[in-house]
Amino acid sequence: MTLVCVKDLHKSFGDLEVLKGVDLDVAPGEVVAIIGRSGSGKSTLLRCLNQLEQHDGGNIEIAGQRLDAEAMAPSELSRNVGMVFQSFNLFPHKTVGENVMLAPVVVRGVNKQEASRVAREVLDKVGMLEKFDAYPAQLSGGQQQRVAIARALAMKPKVLLCDEVTSALDPELVGEVLLVLEALAEEGMTLILVTHEMKFAHDVADRVVFMHHGRIHEQGDPKTLFNHPRTPELRQFISAVR
Amino acid sequence: MGLTLDFLALSPYVGELARGLVTTVVLTVVTTLSGLMLAIVVAYLRVHAATWVRRILGGYVELTRNTPFIVQLFFIFFGLPALGIKIDAITAAFLAMTLNLAAYTAEILRAGIEATGRGQLEAARTLGMSKFQSYRHVVLVPAFARIYPALTSQCIIVMLGSAVVSQISVFDLTYAANFIQSRNFRSFEAYLLVTLVYLLLAVGMRQLFLLVGRRLFAFRQGGQA
Ligand SMILES: Nc1ncnc2c1ncn2[C@@H]1O[C@H](COP(=O)(O)OP(=O)(O)OP(=O)(O)O)[C@@H](O)[C@H]1O
Ligand SMILES: [Mg+2]
Repeated sequence: MTLVCVKDLHKSFGDLEVLKGVDLDVAPGEVVAIIGRSGSGKSTLLRCLNQLEQHDGGNIEIAGQRLDAEAMAPSELSRNVGMVFQSFNLFPHKTVGENVMLAPVVVRGVNKQEASRVAREVLDKVGMLEKFDAYPAQLSGGQQQRVAIARALAMKPKVLLCDEVTSALDPELVGEVLLVLEALAEEGMTLILVTHEMKFAHDVADRVVFMHHGRIHEQGDPKTLFNHPRTPELRQFISAVR
Repeated sequence: MGLTLDFLALSPYVGELARGLVTTVVLTVVTTLSGLMLAIVVAYLRVHAATWVRRILGGYVELTRNTPFIVQLFFIFFGLPALGIKIDAITAAFLAMTLNLAAYTAEILRAGIEATGRGQLEAARTLGMSKFQSYRHVVLVPAFARIYPALTSQCIIVMLGSAVVSQISVFDLTYAANFIQSRNFRSFEAYLLVTLVYLLLAVGMRQLFLLVGRRLFAFRQGGQA
């Protein structure tokens, strides 16, 4: 059984072919960490999964629904895929609570009371409940990112995409965000994360995928992959980031 | 200097002055609101509507910004009847002022909208919002916060510019001054008084905008835009 099914995915920007045939299946509840050098196409792969980029070839199926050249309505897609960005992207003019409640109310038509209940639930989960009425500008980066995770969770997506969600953070704030992700993983949330945190990938992921030049170059369970890399490219990558 | 000021000469005309003041204030308040609403719609359609709609709206904005307000007013009041559209002076004043403010504001607002970070739009999109929902809930308020000083000035300009509606015999503040000095020949006193009233209105408006802005854009006090 697969939740996300990517077959022979191709994507170019002008003359630059960024994805050159990616195949990736993700099972429900699986945590997949994507690693690889800068420019290898990690972000582009994630962005194709939620149609922030339109792929040129191959196909993507999420929860049995195919994403074609004909874009799925954002409201439909949001039932399946949530996303957390490197730069948080909280709405600056909305409080923490409003940030989380906005999409359920506006997109799903959930009533305010119910939306507020859900918002409190997910904010509690990321340890940000007491900041319900604060504005994003009053929060640290780590706190903003935890709110952004809660905001994505409030839409109850089947899979959560995370693109380097700790890369914009001061080192001392990275831990609190990783803890939240780890808890989500333990709860059985399906996660696809692009990350430079090798220890996190090693400890939390069920599978690590190494991307190289627009392809999946090597993948496997984290222990085997990190301890016994088969390809020279992965070996070199690992020794470079260690 | 043979000039002696006699403000008491204005006292029989307090009623006219009050009527003029009320007209000017009502014109300003109503057209500020209607002009802003129209600008919000125009700014959205100039980005997202079909090409021919965008062209027409672009034409309207450029035409308005590159012709004198008094000519626009005359066109609506004197010109439209030739096409069989007859409207009274006060309606023409409302219409001209609204269209004028909306064109300028739509253009100012566009800069504010274009400054929206791509990340904001992508976040809205991945949360399932349509373009319109994202404009309304994510883009608009921060855009207004960015352009607020320019917007304040524009609204004050429209208030001051409303003086020309006296030319189509709308009984505003300027019309009242014209009326009074034609009766008592105290033009210096009449225009001095009205000048002061306009000044007070402008200062008052600026204060009011400041106050409203501080409440509306409270989110900025934390720091970033
Ligand atoms: N919108 C775009 N237009 C043109 N080129 C793009 C665009 N987005 C990405 N690229 C290019 O595609 C390539 C892959 O980019 P991508 O962001 O997927 O890499 P990445 O693996 O996420 O790298 P990083 O670790 O630096 O985030 C890069 O060479 C990048 O310059
Ligand atoms: Mg990237």
